[in-house]
Amino acid sequence: MEALIACHECDLIHRIKPLPKKGVANCIRCGSVLYRDKPNSLERTLALSLAGLVLFVLANWFPFLALKMEAQIHQTNLITGIKVLYTQGMQGLAVVVLFTTILAPLAQLVGMLYLLLPLRHNRVPPKFAPIFRFVRGLETWSMMEVFMLGILVSVVKLAKMAQIVPGIAIFSFFGLIVVLAAATVSLDPHEIWHRWEKLR
Amino acid sequence: MKSIPFTARNASQISCHSCHLLCRISFSQIGESLVCPRCGSTLHQRKPNSLKRTWALVLAAIIFYIPANLLPVTVVISFGKAQADTIMSGVIYFISTGMWPIALVIFVASILVPMLKLIILMFLLITVQRKSAWRPKDRTRLYRITEAVGRWSMVDIYVVTILVALVNLGNLATIKAGPGAGFFAAVVVITIFAAMSFDPRLIWDAKETLDE
Repeated sequence: MEALIACHECDLIHRIKPLPKKGVANCIRCGSVLYRDKPNSLERTLALSLAGLVLFVLANWFPFLALKMEAQIHQTNLITGIKVLYTQGMQGLAVVVLFTTILAPLAQLVGMLYLLLPLRHNRVPPKFAPIFRFVRGLETWSMMEVFMLGILVSVVKLAKMAQIVPGIAIFSFFGLIVVLAAATVSLDPHEIWHRWEKLR
Repeated sequence: MKSIPFTARNASQISCHSCHLLCRISFSQIGESLVCPRCGSTLHQRKPNSLKRTWALVLAAIIFYIPANLLPVTVVISFGKAQADTIMSGVIYFISTGMWPIALVIFVASILVPMLKLIILMFLLITVQRKSAWRPKDRTRLYRITEAVGRWSMVDIYVVTILVALVNLGNLATIKAGPGAGFFAAVVVITIFAAMSFDPRLIWDAKETLDE
């Protein structure tokens, strides 16, 4: 590892020291997190990303929620709302929702697999650095956990007028949120950059 | 303490904002566009034009915040009757039907968080511009919280998305997204960009120039 690191929130330089298991290094001046010890970072992130991809397919393939009102059953998928927004003339809104709940998480999962699977076998995939930077940048825009809160609010809102039937996809979606969050947390970018540097 | 703090800038180094590699720069290179030798992203000592960009985005978000709250976010059409709801009338509906926790979630995520976020960013911008040395640690913490909670404002947009998908039963009941939803999504996205373009290191720079 590089010997020094600057705090990205106040610019103070610190010497990098080995951490105890699962330890955290904080900036002595502003208190922000400098780096963490993440055991088996690469393997964990890889395994979780793979699981995430399976759940992603399930969450998008199967029925998500259904509305039962009088004699009618109206079934929807994860993407239905985005399509409806698009046809209602809210294209911009549809694109924002599509990106934050489907495209960004998918690109995160595929990107991590593309980068980490070869890296684990000491190989470097083409365009490693720009793709890794891109995947890291997606974290801000991947908002599935917020969508989950949206599901809860909608279900409560509609509970009085109709019956809501959960589909297989919604359980896959909940699983996906947990798995993707765990994959993001277990990723140690310092270690990944370091490994890549040695192989380059 | 009057000693000069050992920051990357004082040590003529640049911390790569993308991969956090410390890069040594020589005097002749200052002002040139530099690239991180490891990850290839452009190196900046501080985020470029941080104050101007953040101000521009904050002002844009404030302008969009007005129609976002005045225009309807959803229109419920049932048996030919249309009922338009703004964010606030949605909150009031939840309170009137006794669903306090949901009312609170929507109020906090859709009204309080965007407003506080804009106020905090303006406060940070003004204190940095006035070179204030007031509680830099707390102001950095304030920034960190602002950056972390912004995404939760999207919850109302997702509620609208789920409602238009589910309540699509033709004449019986149909929910449509209103123009307010578009403005509100714009507010959330713009404030996320605003928080990203603000550089918290500026808070500490002001303190250092005072210390010297």
